[in-house]
This record gives sequence, C-alpha cells and structure tokens, in this order.
Amino acid sequence: MPREVLKIPLRLESLAVLSAQGEVDASLEPQLPESDLRRLYKTMLTSRRLDERCLQLQRQGRIGTFGPSRGQEAASLGVAYVLRDDDWLVPSFRELAGMLWRGWPMSRLLLWWGGHEAGNIVPENVCDLPMCIPIASQCQYGMGIAWGCKLRGDGSVCATFCGDGATSEGDFHEALNFAGVYNLPLIMVIQNNQWAISLPRSAQTAAQTLAQKAIAYGMDGVQVDGNDLLAVIVAMTEAVEKARTGGGPTLIEAVTYRLAMHTTADDPSKYRKAEEVREWEARDPLLRFRRYLVNKGLLDEKIEALMEEEIAKELGAAVQEYLAYRPDPYEFLHHMYAEQTPELRRQESELRAYLERPAERPAQVEHAHG
Amino acid sequence: MAELTVVKAINLALAEAMRENPRVLVLGQDVGVDEGVFRVTEGLLKEFGPNRCIDTPLAEAAIVGAGVGLAISGYLPVCEIQFDGFSFQAFHLVENHVRRFRNRTRGRYTVPMVIRMPYGGGIRALEHHSEAPEALYVHLAGLHVVIPSGPRNARALLRAAIFSPDPIIYLEPKALYRAFREEVPEEPETLPIGKGRVARDGSDLTIISYGATLRAALEAADELDQEHGISAEVLDLLWVAPLDDELIHTSVRKTGRVIVAHEAPRRCGVGAEIVARIVEGSLLYLEAPIKRVTGFDTVIPYFANERTYLPDAGRIVHAALEVARF
Repeated sequence: MPREVLKIPLRLESLAVLSAQGEVDASLEPQLPESDLRRLYKTMLTSRRLDERCLQLQRQGRIGTFGPSRGQEAASLGVAYVLRDDDWLVPSFRELAGMLWRGWPMSRLLLWWGGHEAGNIVPENVCDLPMCIPIASQCQYGMGIAWGCKLRGDGSVCATFCGDGATSEGDFHEALNFAGVYNLPLIMVIQNNQWAISLPRSAQTAAQTLAQKAIAYGMDGVQVDGNDLLAVIVAMTEAVEKARTGGGPTLIEAVTYRLAMHTTADDPSKYRKAEEVREWEARDPLLRFRRYLVNKGLLDEKIEALMEEEIAKELGAAVQEYLAYRPDPYEFLHHMYAEQTPELRRQESELRAYLERPAERPAQVEHAHG
Repeated sequence: MAELTVVKAINLALAEAMRENPRVLVLGQDVGVDEGVFRVTEGLLKEFGPNRCIDTPLAEAAIVGAGVGLAISGYLPVCEIQFDGFSFQAFHLVENHVRRFRNRTRGRYTVPMVIRMPYGGGIRALEHHSEAPEALYVHLAGLHVVIPSGPRNARALLRAAIFSPDPIIYLEPKALYRAFREEVPEEPETLPIGKGRVARDGSDLTIISYGATLRAALEAADELDQEHGISAEVLDLLWVAPLDDELIHTSVRKTGRVIVAHEAPRRCGVGAEIVARIVEGSLLYLEAPIKRVTGFDTVIPYFANERTYLPDAGRIVHAALEVARF
C-alpha cells in the first residue's frame, strides 16, 4: 500500500499505417475517396515544387530568408485534410502543404516570404491564422481560439502546430495546461523534425517521446509517423472527433524530418551528418504516398506528368503575380489601430512631405525582387 | 448617484459591460471565488457564472494568450494580471501578438481585449508589487494605455477600454483603490480615447501628471497658490498613449512654464516624451526650462523607503518654485 505504481488512465500510442516502402497495413487503412487521395498527392507535390522554387527565388535575391518544409509535407497536410472550413488551423511556419490544402494561394505565400504583410491575408473561406515566428507563442493563442470554439459550442475545433524545439518553451506547457484544465477542443500537433536549428531532438528533452508530455496535462497523446500521410489522417480524425464531442484536447507528435536547412541562413552540414539525411530521404513522405497510390492503381507516370505540368503552370503564374505586386509604401501606417491616431497621422504627413518633396526622385519601397 | 471608491467603480464598469454584452469575459487568477485580491471582481462569478468570470491557473502568459485567441474568435476578454510586477511574464505575448494581429492580418483579425493590472507603489507591498511599467507599453504601437485618476473616470475609461476595437492596457493605481470616494452617475458613462482633462485651472505654470501622482500634483497646486501666490494649472492625461497633444500644447502656450510629474522612472519615461513634444511644438512659448519630478532610475525601494522614491507634493512644489523663479 505505501508504494505502488500509479495508474494514469490516459492513452499514449504510436501509430503508422504505411511502411517506409509504402506498404499499407490494411487493418488501419482509412477509407478515403479516390479523388481525395489524388488531390492529396497533388497538394504534396505542389508543396514540394513551391518549396524548391522558393529556394531558387531566395538564391536569386527575389524573396528573403526562406524556411523550407521539404520532408514535412505529410504532417501538416494530414491535419488540414481532416479539418472543416469553420475549424481553425494555427500554423507555425513549416506547414506549407497544409496551408495549400486550406486554400492559401501560392502567390500569397510567396508574398509572405518576400517580405510583404499581404502574405498574411487569410483566405476568406477558412478560419486560419497566418504563420507565426516566435516559437511556441502560437500555442497560447491557439489555445484561446479553441476556448472560443468551446464557448460557441458549434463543434468547431482548433489545430495548432509547433515544432520539437517549441516543447522546451513555457508557452507550449502553459497552453497545454489550460487546454487540459478547461477541456478545450484543441489538437496540438508537434512537428518533431528532429532538429531545432542545430540542436537535435535528443538534446531538447530527456523524455523518450514528445507525445508523453500530454500525460502531465491530463490529456491523451499519440506519436504518429509524421511521414505517413495516412497515419496522420487516422490520428487526426480520432482527435478531432473526440474534440468535437466534448472529449477535450489531444497532443499529436508527428515524427518527421527536416530534409533541408532550418532556413536559407544556415548550413546543416555544420551540425548533422549526410548519412542521417540520406536515411530520412528514404522515408520521404511524398515517395511513400506515391507508392501507395501506385499500388492502388490511382497513379501512374502519365497522371503524374500531367500533374507536374499543371503545377508548373500554376506555380509560374503565382511567381509572376508575386513579382508584379507593388505595395502602397504608406500602408504600414494604416493598420495599427481601428482608426489612425493623431500621432500617426502626423508622422504620416511628415513622411509624405519628405518622400513626395518636389525636385527629387520619388522614393520607392525596396523590393527584394528588384 | 452613488459614492464609490476606485475599486467599486471598476467593479461596476465590469458588471455593466458584462450585463450589456454577453461576449465580455473576465479571466485571471483569483478573480472568481476570491473576487480578486483587491476585490475588483466582487460578485461577478455569482452573477455571470464560471464561463464568464473565469478563475485561471497561475500563468500570466496563458491568461493573455487565451485572451488573444478569444478576442480573435469574437469575444471581448478582460484579462487581469494580479500585479504590475508579474505582467512581464506575459510581456512577450503583448509585444508579439496582442498589438500586432490587426496590422499583421490587415484587419481580418483584431484583438479587442483589455489587460487590467494594479499599478504603481504606495501601498507598502512586497517587491514586484509596486512597479510603474507604463512606458514599456507606451512604446508598443498597437496598444492604447490608460491610467485613471479617480472613481468616476476609472469607470468611464474601463467602459471605453472594453468596447474599444483596439487592445488596451488599463493600469489601476493601487494607491487610489480606496483612497477616496466620488459620486458616479446612475447611467454608464464613457470617455474618448486619447483625451485628457484640465484637473485644475491656472495661469502661471502647468503641472502635467496622471494616475496616483495627480493627487500630489493637485496638493502641490494648492500649496503653490496658498503659500506662494502661484497659480498652477494641473493636467490629468488619463491616456499616456495616445497622448493628448492639444491639451498639453494649449496649456503650455498659456503658462510658458512646465512641470511633468509621474512615479515611473525618469529615463525614457512618459515625461521624456511629453517634454520632447513640448520642445518640438511649443518651444518658443517656454519661459523656463522644463522640470521632471519622477521616480528614480533605480528599482523602487522596498516599501519601508518607498515614500522617498514616489513623487509627493513637496517635491513638485520644490521643482515648481525653481521653474517659476527662473
């Protein structure tokens, strides 16, 4: 009696549906419409091609610092796939595939990486938040949004993303704690991509998994193969159903890998070995899902070539749209308050008087893309 | 008409707003069952229930972060930080998100929330319970910052804050919580954002102040009048962001002599901004150098010695005489 193992009635699972070779475990396979499966693949492929184009554009000086999503497409896409339009998706900044699925135009994502606030303008049809830079801080407002869902009682839920590094921040823990206490319809998705810039997952926490952190906050946790789109969809579907029906929050750890650099400002060869990257390349979520679709007879070289052609066309148009964007240089002075304050009005007049002074060249906003 | 203290007036404003609009929520530590450590939230749990007057776990950042998310999803949260000195635990969220979402999303998501906190010294409290951090918030564009000076304006300003479409930092001078009573009208009142008031008319010099220091300024004005024959005008800014330039310049151009008094530290304090604006806009009206009577560029001493630190009528009179006799 004085000493016994505590029984904590919470579930902690790991889940994979596809093998690294794309073989499916039929007992776990979700039954998804064929048209959805093809669209999912096309979205993953689009994300990959956009990612590659962004790297090029960055090297050409046409966008700013870029943080690639390469290798992590399945984690955000599987989450976004399960959400309804009136659900909320709160991204960090490596959720390119999920954002594309939700309807973010490629040109808008380019605007964001190109240094324009217009890249934050949320598509009308969805309740999404723009990307968030201060690590883990989005967990806090994601929790607050989930609270709003609960108070409205309309069955909507909030999916919030963070990375393995974020799990060391206080905001992550505070947000999960509140979500547990108030039984909020929050699905917190950790994209464990193994690296927080140069710090490996093993140095981030002594815990065996990140999913187990759920236990401390009185919620279920699941560690899912984040490079397995079907597994992410299965885990997310269960978590969302639970959240919609008052069952409260879930922590999902999507185990994935950042195949590229943290951002274009760092060189990963300084902190990790090429063999490690090669091992993970073999588990590329895009290739695995492709094999699955080929095995199911839903994809062949001809269909894929057609997809590539469509994507190249859409991407070309998006890049053109981005490059043609010319913002109003004074717009930054107009959105701090519902109504511009007298102080800002004065500052704007000063700036206009300077920039529009006669007999000199009119000033222009500096464009990264020249 | 009822005679209320500042605490009761704030409590009344909260209850009125919650009655009027079901989207108004109050959240913070000990705001429910305990009714707030200063009793500001007395009766709210009973009247509005635990979904609208919410006792939270002890985490300032999550209180503010939840407020951001609730505001984005259509609610009007009033977040209480238990003491000014603990507001820094949530400061990153104020900087990163509270003040930025409107601009970030070009108006798609706004954060019409209020962050209330007991503010300033003078109640013999422990360390971290007497800070005056207004300048830190004033520096963050996207926020408005208000500091009431009495029961009637405390109620009206909180109403203005709760129904403002922009996020508001509402700082409650704790030295005033129960310092005096004032009649407040039956019907709810509101006050415009960014407008201060003339607390006392005068013609020889201007004392610009706000919050608990306003009382010292008014006392000083009495003493200057009665003992030195100097007529001091006293301005009560109420809003330290945005500042009421018109009020300041009108008075300064009339008197030509200026004292700025606040309890926050001097360096880059609100007084520094006021002086800069006077120099930029009304320099040629000045008859004497401006003087600032403020807290010091130290941490506020522990309470046994806090009176030395806080500006009082004596220090304001001393400075005013120098300015008057220049």
